[in-house]
Amino acid sequence: MFDAMSPKTGARYEGRVTVAEAGLSGMITLRGALDTIAQPVADATGLEVPDTLGIVEEGGRALAWMSPDEMMLFCAYEDAADLAARLAEATADEHALVVDMSDARAIFVLTGAETSLRETLAKLTPADVRPEAFPAGMVRRSRLAQAAAAFWIANDGTLRVMCFRSVADYVFALLSHAAHPEGAVDHF
Amino acid sequence: MSHRLSSGGRLIDRSTSVRFTFNGTYLRGHAGDTLASALLANDRMLMGRSFKYHRPRGVVASGAEEPNALLGLGTGDRFEPNQRATVTELFEDAALSSQNHWPTLEADVGAVNAWLSRFLPAGFYYKMFMYPRPFWKHVYEPFIRRSAGLGRAPAADARDPDRYEHFYIHTDVLVVGGGVAGLAAAKAAGEAGAEVLLIEQDPHWGGRAVVDGGEIDGMAPEAWVTATLAALKAMDNVRIRTRTMGSGVYDHGYALAYERVADHVPGSEAPRHRLWRIRARRIVTATGAIERPLAFAGNDVPGVMLASAVRDYVVNYGVATGQRTVIATNNDDAYRTALALHDAGLEVPAILDARDGGGGALADAVRARGIRVLAGRGIAKVKGGKRVTGVAICRQSGEGGVLDMIPCDCVAMSGGWSPVVHLWSHAGGKLTWDATEAMFRPDGARAPRDQDGDAMVRAVGAANGHLGLAEALSDAWEGGTAVAGGGGTASEMPRAASRDEAPLAPVWMMPAAAKPALRRKAWLDFQNDVKVSDVALAAQEGFESVEHAKRYTTLGMATDQGKLSNINGLAVLSQALGEDIPQVGTTTFRPPYTPISLSAIAGEARGELFQPIRKTPLHDWHDGQGAAWEPVGHWRRPYCFPRSGETKHDAVTREITATRGGLGLLDASTLGKIIVKGPDAARFLDMLYTNMMSSLKVGACRYGLMCSENGFLMDDGVVARLSEDTFLVHTTTGGADRIHGHMEEWLQTEWWDWKVWTVNATEQYAQIAVVGPKSRAVLEKLGGMDVSAEALPFMRWSDGTLAGIPARVFRISFSGELSFEVAVPANRGRALWDMLLEAGEEFGVTPYGTEALHVMRAEKGFIMIGDETDGTVIPQDLGLDWAISKKKEDYIGKRAQARSHMASADRWKLVGLETLDGAVLPDGAYAIADGRNANGQRNTQGRVTSTYYSPTLKRGIAMGLVKDGPDRMGEEIDFTRVEDGTTGGTMRARIVSTVFFDPEGEKQNV
Repeated sequence: MFDAMSPKTGARYEGRVTVAEAGLSGMITLRGALDTIAQPVADATGLEVPDTLGIVEEGGRALAWMSPDEMMLFCAYEDAADLAARLAEATADEHALVVDMSDARAIFVLTGAETSLRETLAKLTPADVRPEAFPAGMVRRSRLAQAAAAFWIANDGTLRVMCFRSVADYVFALLSHAAHPEGAVDHF
Repeated sequence: MSHRLSSGGRLIDRSTSVRFTFNGTYLRGHAGDTLASALLANDRMLMGRSFKYHRPRGVVASGAEEPNALLGLGTGDRFEPNQRATVTELFEDAALSSQNHWPTLEADVGAVNAWLSRFLPAGFYYKMFMYPRPFWKHVYEPFIRRSAGLGRAPAADARDPDRYEHFYIHTDVLVVGGGVAGLAAAKAAGEAGAEVLLIEQDPHWGGRAVVDGGEIDGMAPEAWVTATLAALKAMDNVRIRTRTMGSGVYDHGYALAYERVADHVPGSEAPRHRLWRIRARRIVTATGAIERPLAFAGNDVPGVMLASAVRDYVVNYGVATGQRTVIATNNDDAYRTALALHDAGLEVPAILDARDGGGGALADAVRARGIRVLAGRGIAKVKGGKRVTGVAICRQSGEGGVLDMIPCDCVAMSGGWSPVVHLWSHAGGKLTWDATEAMFRPDGARAPRDQDGDAMVRAVGAANGHLGLAEALSDAWEGGTAVAGGGGTASEMPRAASRDEAPLAPVWMMPAAAKPALRRKAWLDFQNDVKVSDVALAAQEGFESVEHAKRYTTLGMATDQGKLSNINGLAVLSQALGEDIPQVGTTTFRPPYTPISLSAIAGEARGELFQPIRKTPLHDWHDGQGAAWEPVGHWRRPYCFPRSGETKHDAVTREITATRGGLGLLDASTLGKIIVKGPDAARFLDMLYTNMMSSLKVGACRYGLMCSENGFLMDDGVVARLSEDTFLVHTTTGGADRIHGHMEEWLQTEWWDWKVWTVNATEQYAQIAVVGPKSRAVLEKLGGMDVSAEALPFMRWSDGTLAGIPARVFRISFSGELSFEVAVPANRGRALWDMLLEAGEEFGVTPYGTEALHVMRAEKGFIMIGDETDGTVIPQDLGLDWAISKKKEDYIGKRAQARSHMASADRWKLVGLETLDGAVLPDGAYAIADGRNANGQRNTQGRVTSTYYSPTLKRGIAMGLVKDGPDRMGEEIDFTRVEDGTTGGTMRARIVSTVFFDPEGEKQNV
């Protein structure tokens, strides 16, 4: 994979929080009735189907609820094609669609104080990001300013922001603007 | 004269000195000053000129309601007009300039004298500028434009250097207003368990109570405010914020607040303004009340001010607005001003109380200090031009006969108080007329309601019409508890003495029977120069609705939106109409409460964040080559790649010639790619497309047309069958999201029982079109896949590996050349592109842009969605009947296309067009026909849809829709021509086939 380049390779901004691109990530879109694809996914990954709006993580992989009939599986970039093929085979008898979408999106990792992470998000999204409304382990699909995005607080306390690769420049600039060192609101 | 007192001023820090300039003159103030208090401390009573008559204007208020003291603030990139001096904090080196005068504030030649102003009455513009009609454009419009607007617009090349942002929050309760009522409501709601956000527009807490005095829970209001703030800060569920104005209330508990984060520290890296976008379960408006002016002759002379403002300047800023202040009032509250002035050692020669009975306890306290109180008296006229020199006294009940003259340099007026009902009203809260206090107050039974039908806004305190301290506090405490859900509170309701004031007497004109000469000088709207006589004239001329009278007179239409003039104006209107005030009603209150900056509304959306620009995986390469960009949807695509010295036209010509002669590369990554899978996928695509997709073989591609349910062509593209139950649908660049949404809508709402899944995989792939006679050679050179004519014939696709990169290769052509479209994972697109460039060097590889793409497709007669279609065109118009299945029972749009007008033989149809002399037809030009239509316009018989210079044919080529076109081959028709922006003559063109180049398709089938 010497020639694969993530959308914002090496991008990094240090403000009230640090914004950095996650680099190459495996992302597999799963469409189907969640209960029919649960077993094949569990067999292949060991991950349980998350609750509504949930994301479960284990052993470097994660499974996110995206809609009542869609999930996204995160894995290592180099594993994605094989894993997708295995899942497609395992669900061949079901009405399901498995697509390797590892190249369609960019992921940014934001690190810093949790209150600052929430504040950075609140400058850009109308979603409710108060701790009780947006706890760790929940995925929100919403917007950041004018771009669609999904975001969640991972088990390690980082904030992950996922957007389409075509707007990676825009979203990185947005997050940097929102994370400006002098932009403290001190609300959360 | 106005001046700084030797002591006092609870908001200023006398140990500091802040330097600023006013019209270029250096002046000094203190930290804590507003621009207005600093100017008054320097005896600058005259701060600007009014809009219509350029009358001298001084500050009249001390808060957000100020109509007069509007200044230009800052210089260069940071210059802003119309800044309200009363609410703008002074900062070091602030550069202030007055507005609306020439050449100077002191000597304004534009000033209209009292005699001439009689000829500029209400509706002057409507009457004056009607006739003669030829004057509209060249006489009246320039005149109106020159006189429009108050401040000067920033320079055209000025660019705002500051940062702005939005902030979205959710909370149980939003309390707007940090006076004692708002503090009490926030405390009650917080103690009852609600999450509370309390916002205050000023930098300070406490509102009027800290100036007006009294006792709360045995403390001075200031001490109570300090204690309550400490209690609020100690609560985790309560957040408080100053310099944040409640700007608007909307449906579903949505509210906007405008935080002036760094206005007072220019050059700071902090965002200058922050727009809070708040979702609150309940909103409490504790926005207080605004004092009303009195209408008497000369009430606009600088030095005539609201009584509350006069004492605010003394108490808050240690500024005397005059040495001798005459007070005119119709209520008890203004007596507080007399006490404050007396405490500060200033003279109050007389209080003119319009009530025959005079005042109550407060009046007694004033009399006890030896101040003269004249009951049943009013002001006949204010003396002075650019500042007050004295007042003429009359009987309030009379016509204005002068009884006495009192020399003075300040007049404090009070016509009673109006609750600030703006936020209550924004989302539909209704008002009720309180005849006792002569004010509109919120009608609690008709509150703005939320999605459940419950009251979502609650007004408390003075904003709810409770003008006494005790009444306001208990109302606020009760309101705060109620919006929190009625839970118990740890502390007791704050206590204060009940209000002890004599009733006010409504005074809408002083004196009551004033003659026209006085009414013509009694101002209602100070900024827009609307007088009592103007409103009466509007009523007389038939503008009886308050909304009509407002627009006819411009009452309340200035930047202050009538905060001072509204009630007085409609009272005058109701008197003129002989109706009661509630019958006349108010004008509509609309957000924002006071003007907010456009920058705050834009937030971060400027510069590179103005709008997301979608970029392909090859964007950086294009950018590095100096591509000329073309916006396509939100994407940027290279239009062409000009080399040094080349025009765009040159570049396009070179790119086409190189592609047709050897090898061209196109970044086609923006093309929509939607995966459609399931047992019903084939049936679904048969409904989506006009042609048959279910018969497509695995491994094959087919071009298809998609119509809306109205039959109009909306998208096209190539469908590839990936497996028995899986298809890959290509859409146009701009159509990907729309068509994916279209699919999901049909699947979710109409065919919910069909088993089909879709995924929009547009961005998963970088897609590169490898085009030209050498395209196969370059792919073979990269190696890894058999792309021979036998292994990969025209309109087939194949999966494999090219130069080590997993690739799907489609043998399709939009140029008429031998052509392959190669899709690879987006993260590896750049690698493939670089290898193609390197391998293609020996073939003269030439990247081309969208214009070359367009020209080459037009040379082949291929249509382009958006050129040949415009939402009114059906496939049959374009001669695409071959792509409409006759075998299918149905497809989306089929029934609509059978409608009589759609099936009419009169519809214009697509043909090729070539000019007789080889010139290029103008885009969009109409073909003219004989005669004229009912409107006297030339009849038309067609129009140009695409037109280009063809480097291949070395002449202009075009396509167009022409009546009976396909039956008129060889016929010549005339098209309109545009020169220098106007129509100039015609151009003749011959109707020909749409396929200009390689009609047999020999070049692509090799």
